[in-house]
Amino acid sequence: MIVYIAKRLAVALPVLLGISMLAFALIHLVPGDPVTAMLGIQYNEEQAIELRAQYGLDKPMVVQYLVWLRHVLTGDLGHSMLHDQSVARAILERLPVTLQLAVGSVLLALVVSVPLGIAAAMRQHRAPDILASTFGLLGISIPNFWLGTMLTLLFALVLGWLPSGGYISPTEDLVGNLRYMLLPTLALSGAVAAVILRMTRSSMLEVIRMDYIDMARAKGASPRRVVWVHALKNALIPVLTIVGIQIGYLLGGSVVIEQIFTLPGIGRLAVQSINARDYPMLQGVILFVAVSFVFINLIVDILYAWLNPRIRL
Amino acid sequence: MREFWYQLRRHKPAMLGLVVLSLMAVAAIGAPWLSPHDPYAMQVEHVLGSPTPQYLMGTDQKGRDIFSRVLHGARISFKVGSIAVTIALFAGTAIGLIAAYYGGIVDFLLSRVVDVLFAFPDILLALAIMAILGPSLTNVMIAIGIVYIPIFARVARGSALSVKHESFVEAAHSMGVSNFTIIRRHILPNISAPLIVQATLSFAFAILAEAALSFLGLGVEPDTPSWGILLSRGKDWMGEAWWIAFFPGIAITLAVLSCNLLGDGLRDLLDPKARKAS
Repeated sequence: MIVYIAKRLAVALPVLLGISMLAFALIHLVPGDPVTAMLGIQYNEEQAIELRAQYGLDKPMVVQYLVWLRHVLTGDLGHSMLHDQSVARAILERLPVTLQLAVGSVLLALVVSVPLGIAAAMRQHRAPDILASTFGLLGISIPNFWLGTMLTLLFALVLGWLPSGGYISPTEDLVGNLRYMLLPTLALSGAVAAVILRMTRSSMLEVIRMDYIDMARAKGASPRRVVWVHALKNALIPVLTIVGIQIGYLLGGSVVIEQIFTLPGIGRLAVQSINARDYPMLQGVILFVAVSFVFINLIVDILYAWLNPRIRL
Repeated sequence: MREFWYQLRRHKPAMLGLVVLSLMAVAAIGAPWLSPHDPYAMQVEHVLGSPTPQYLMGTDQKGRDIFSRVLHGARISFKVGSIAVTIALFAGTAIGLIAAYYGGIVDFLLSRVVDVLFAFPDILLALAIMAILGPSLTNVMIAIGIVYIPIFARVARGSALSVKHESFVEAAHSMGVSNFTIIRRHILPNISAPLIVQATLSFAFAILAEAALSFLGLGVEPDTPSWGILLSRGKDWMGEAWWIAFFPGIAITLAVLSCNLLGDGLRDLLDPKARKAS
């Protein structure tokens, strides 16, 4: 197992390095000079030279990258050009919102899609399977931002049951927080549920045809026990990978939903920084999301190998 | 080919997807002639009008016909979808083929580049590229094209690896055929099936991505009748006129659903291994 973890880390390291290079390059590829943007109408050459020296922008690109990387490794992601705030602090402040949205959507999706996926596999080509397949197809086809808009129309504007946007911290008011988070979570979980459902169904179909399931049946295990104890344990292993990927993906993928429901999360921070040309902030968000994605994948792979020893061979 | 067409015709969901997609493509191409009204013409007397026989999908806050705008939106979605997928297909397939064929350090480096691109959620990567390039229709196509390069690279690499050691490739090698010719004439035709399936599914994702970018105001120019922009504007008027946001969303869903139906069907027919898994 340790060898496997070491191997996975060895593959992840160059990827992390590549991500850092891409994130670093971003700030140098955007049009316009950051110093000119910072000084605005008060621009004068002397001050510009001073600022370039202060931020190390007068040094060769490789040196700039290495200095930046050293800062990043110590948790210093730079300073916002817009707010008097460090990038790392801004991200950490918004992380709980996005995390609650991502984890909530995946949990909701799991509750719906795993039983539906099992039912579909158990009754292949019959009504539950057709229903589940239709749900799966619609789930990946309906844009989450349209679903979110329509949910707002129904539950906020027509019925008036839930707020159409905004956020309140769960530490301030838990019930209020859930009311604000319900619609965005529902909107985001549709596609996630569809992906998990399709995976559960295909994985379950594969497992129930295996010899050990026949053996369990032959030994007199009840159909319920065969499905829920013997088959599900193995069928859920690939589902775990999908769940991990989805959580990692939603850390940055929930951007449109956060924008619709005015949730102060990481995705909205990215859009705000693009609109305000706050490139250090955008760079920080992108770096954070991609690195988190790599680490979540790494953890999922290790868990996968731990649950399924064949992978380690 | 005849056999394939015969099988496709018997696959009902795939045929349904193909028919709807073809109809939408015809509507997209013929939008200037099929639109009952000018999609940009503002009619003050028809502001926020609900659907009527004259205005099938109603009118927006400036009195513009939603149906005509949705038809013109199809032009943008299909154009972005086709060009972005073409960019991703060519670049991704080239990367995947080179990585698989040459192996070793070339494979390691190219695979890591693909892994790096995979680490970014597609919409966030597209946003970052749009921040660099600036909003415009061409830039949206480039950004979405870049975002989907890794998936094609992975599909091409995986398929090429399984073909690389086939006897016909070894035979071509021993006859002194150049690497480029072996890749182009012997490997590429044998990996086209999964690439076609991926292209169909990616077309759906590209339509969604364009709509999402435009919805955020970071896609095509603000006044363009893109489905994403129509939806975004409609959202602000939902209390007064639900139809502005409703119909563009239906159009997106229909297009994406058709691509997925066709893609799933093509996978069933062209990629028996994937069919077995699903």
